[in-house]
Amino acid sequence: MSDMKHTPLYDLHVELGGKMVPFAGYAMPVQYPLGIMSEHKHTRAKAGLFDVSHMGQVILKGDSYEAAALTFETLMPVNVLGLKEGRQRYGLFTNDQGGIEDDLMFANRGDHIFVVVNAACKEADIARMTATLEPSVTVTPITDRALLALQGPAAEAVLQAIAPGAAAMTFMDVATLDADGVELWVSRSGYTGEDGYEISVPADQAEAFARRLLTHEDVEAIGLGARDSLRLEGGMCLYGHDIDAGTTPVEGNLGWAMQKVRKPGGERAGGFPGAEAIFDHIENGAPRLRVGLTPGGRAPMREGVELFASAEGGAAIGRITSGGFGPTVGGPVAMGYVPAEMAEAGTTLYGELRGKRQPVTVTPLPFVAANFKR
Amino acid sequence: MKFTEEHEWLLPEGDLIVVGITEHAAEQMGDVVFVVLPEAGTEVTKDDEIVVIESVKAASDILAPLDGEIVEVNEALADEPGKVNDDAQGAAWFFKIKPADLSQMDDYMEEAAYKDFIG
Repeated sequence: MSDMKHTPLYDLHVELGGKMVPFAGYAMPVQYPLGIMSEHKHTRAKAGLFDVSHMGQVILKGDSYEAAALTFETLMPVNVLGLKEGRQRYGLFTNDQGGIEDDLMFANRGDHIFVVVNAACKEADIARMTATLEPSVTVTPITDRALLALQGPAAEAVLQAIAPGAAAMTFMDVATLDADGVELWVSRSGYTGEDGYEISVPADQAEAFARRLLTHEDVEAIGLGARDSLRLEGGMCLYGHDIDAGTTPVEGNLGWAMQKVRKPGGERAGGFPGAEAIFDHIENGAPRLRVGLTPGGRAPMREGVELFASAEGGAAIGRITSGGFGPTVGGPVAMGYVPAEMAEAGTTLYGELRGKRQPVTVTPLPFVAANFKR
Repeated sequence: MKFTEEHEWLLPEGDLIVVGITEHAAEQMGDVVFVVLPEAGTEVTKDDEIVVIESVKAASDILAPLDGEIVEVNEALADEPGKVNDDAQGAAWFFKIKPADLSQMDDYMEEAAYKDFIG
């Protein structure tokens, strides 16, 4: 893995016994000696610390927030202008066919928009933003800061003790906090379904900050393996798997991410790539939808498992896009795409596993209820 | 006890061979959540895929190390797949095989050689 990029926490991961694997060009810990199952459960019970420094952090700056927001809205079917200062929102870059090019978080930080995009897409995202938004909005990738996530019910108390002000934030708030001279850009959000924070910290102070969090008895380092099982139980999409350039936001069951003002009849309807295709899905329904799926047995059904309408015969009607064992659920969980007429919760379908069709039940997402501080 | 390059252990028990996976393999796999075992009475050929181990990370196949008949499988693993992590080289044996050709055992490593193999 000598050609892999390292995050500022690489040495710490190795010291902690992290099993390093390639992920989006970076050497990242898939798990620590605790193991995926225990790391997952620890995060839901107390607090887990995740290194997400491989993700892309970008600052967008125009003449004003409003000016930058209106320009940014040309890339997403999302209300950027209406986001209040100190708040964060989920966003989606779309293409001309209405497909999703990436999903992201963006925040109104007063004089600028702070954007966090997926690691695997960050080069393309930065190129897209630069080509579309400049020169009226400057696009500045932030390469001198690490990004950590502290997730779980104990996260609030742990961070508040180090960075006063953390406890006063509610879900999707953003703030700049001080941790004894270290400037933290904090959002109260995450990718686990638990309460918690994502914390941007200067790269040269990231290891010391991470060590400080880890000294708390409630905090364990958590790898990408548990991050995936946590987000899957939380019903959240993994870009490139559950959503991609060939799925519209409506198909991806992400209609909630498109605010009224950008939809048909809205004040700023359209004006983003693929509006026509997405509006068609909004008005007439999408032919297929992303749903939660619970395999009937104890065998996990993973990405790529084909779905059928009946126990025998017929062509595949859909496919699992994410699946595995849910440690909190205590059994297999999955999500995938099915025809809209088979998307109702409770519908029985069949997944073909090792040549045998096993029942799966369409299940409302999330599998584990979110524990956000609203 | 003998060991395969596929990280199985083979322990003679009367005229049968008990087969499981090594502690090293179990550790690499991570937490095991489901094990698919063959049915007793199945005739197998060496290198047939006869066991699937599902861990929190991935599914792994276990190959038949010998030609022969599966005479007994460890049903307890259906309810407690985590035994594979707790006691891979003991209680978490997978199956007992009646070998058709005992000389196939000669292909496999002694413990010292296996330890060298996994480094």
